Amino acid sequence: MTEPQVRSGWPLYEVFLRGKRGLNHVHVGSLHAADPQMALHHARDLYTRRNEGVSIWVVAARDITASSPDEKDPFFAPSGDKVYRHPTFYEIPDDVPHM
Amino acid sequence: MTDDEFAAYQSLSEETGDHRWAFGTGFTDPLEGIDASVPDSVDAAALAAYCLMLGDDALVYSHRLQQWMTRMPELEEETALANIALDLLGQARMLLARAGLAEGEGRQEDQLAFFRDEHEFRNVRLVEVLDADFAELAGRLLIFSAWRLALFSRLAESADPVLAAIAAKGVKELAYHRDYAAQWVIRLGDGTSLSHGKMQAALGTIWPLVEELFEADPVTAALPGVAADPAGLRGEVDAVLETVLAAATLDRPGAAPMARVAGKSGRDGVHTEAFGYLLAELQSVARAHPGATW
Repeated sequence: MTEPQVRSGWPLYEVFLRGKRGLNHVHVGSLHAADPQMALHHARDLYTRRNEGVSIWVVAARDITASSPDEKDPFFAPSGDKVYRHPTFYEIPDDVPHM
Repeated sequence: MTDDEFAAYQSLSEETGDHRWAFGTGFTDPLEGIDASVPDSVDAAALAAYCLMLGDDALVYSHRLQQWMTRMPELEEETALANIALDLLGQARMLLARAGLAEGEGRQEDQLAFFRDEHEFRNVRLVEVLDADFAELAGRLLIFSAWRLALFSRLAESADPVLAAIAAKGVKELAYHRDYAAQWVIRLGDGTSLSHGKMQAALGTIWPLVEELFEADPVTAALPGVAADPAGLRGEVDAVLETVLAAATLDRPGAAPMARVAGKSGRDGVHTEAFGYLLAELQSVARAHPGATW
């Protein structure tokens, strides 16, 4: 049989939890694991010890594509002066409820 | 952790209003608030002895698992094993407390855990032996949790309501322990030729102590409808082990069962040499400072 490649260290996984009453999964931290299934187990053991979660996502950190700090200005600065994108420039009629 | 991350984590662990958590030292009676009377149809002395057996299994094995702390290969695995040891310690506390109440001589969990001598412990010998390596840890945990899960799923229907409740709670814990151990046995067995060899050798070392798990004992026999027949667990445990060993490409060992001593084994208070050292460590603080609290 061919020997599987031996790693010097386990890859990093990012952990997302959904709490009982929360709506979205929230990033809570990261951990090391050999594969996604083990990462799920580790997430359960490390991040739900105090009953925080009812659902766990794990994602290999290497699979996350992140915006770079170097691109901060081209990415985000252009939206900084466009206040008109906030829906605050019109009157809400009196007879529209629940706004 | 940044403030943002901390806030996110806080929102997950928000107070839910169900006060289940025991903080500090005010938490002294694991069965507090429970009707602890023994049903008329149940032999109270036998029930006490039975809870002692099952409590000792959990107490001693929990201690063995705790001895792995600071020695695990990864931080994540260490937390996982600490969680398992803590689950078993919780089971031990409830079972020993139940044993003390059913016995009716005023002994509480601490007296039973820390002030009995070696020959008074009723645990099976499987749980008292020191793991030589990580493969033995995985193999022993798989066998122990597969067996205890089979046992507790039957005890959840016990005629003693307290024992039934303790077992029902334990089933969920043990299902996770079994899953955790099975994953490691498969990972090692189906891994490299080195890990396969070590896992197979570990099973061979543990195997002589497996037979004892299914042997009949007079305490169980005296509790029809309350206790579960050990022999009746064999089918379920064998099926689980067969599935895991097949996935792990491991062979079922053929090692002969460890001999009984003058017809006696762990359930009769006859233990292996390693047990004396374990017990000395487990009991030393409580015996040096009787009645101490912290």
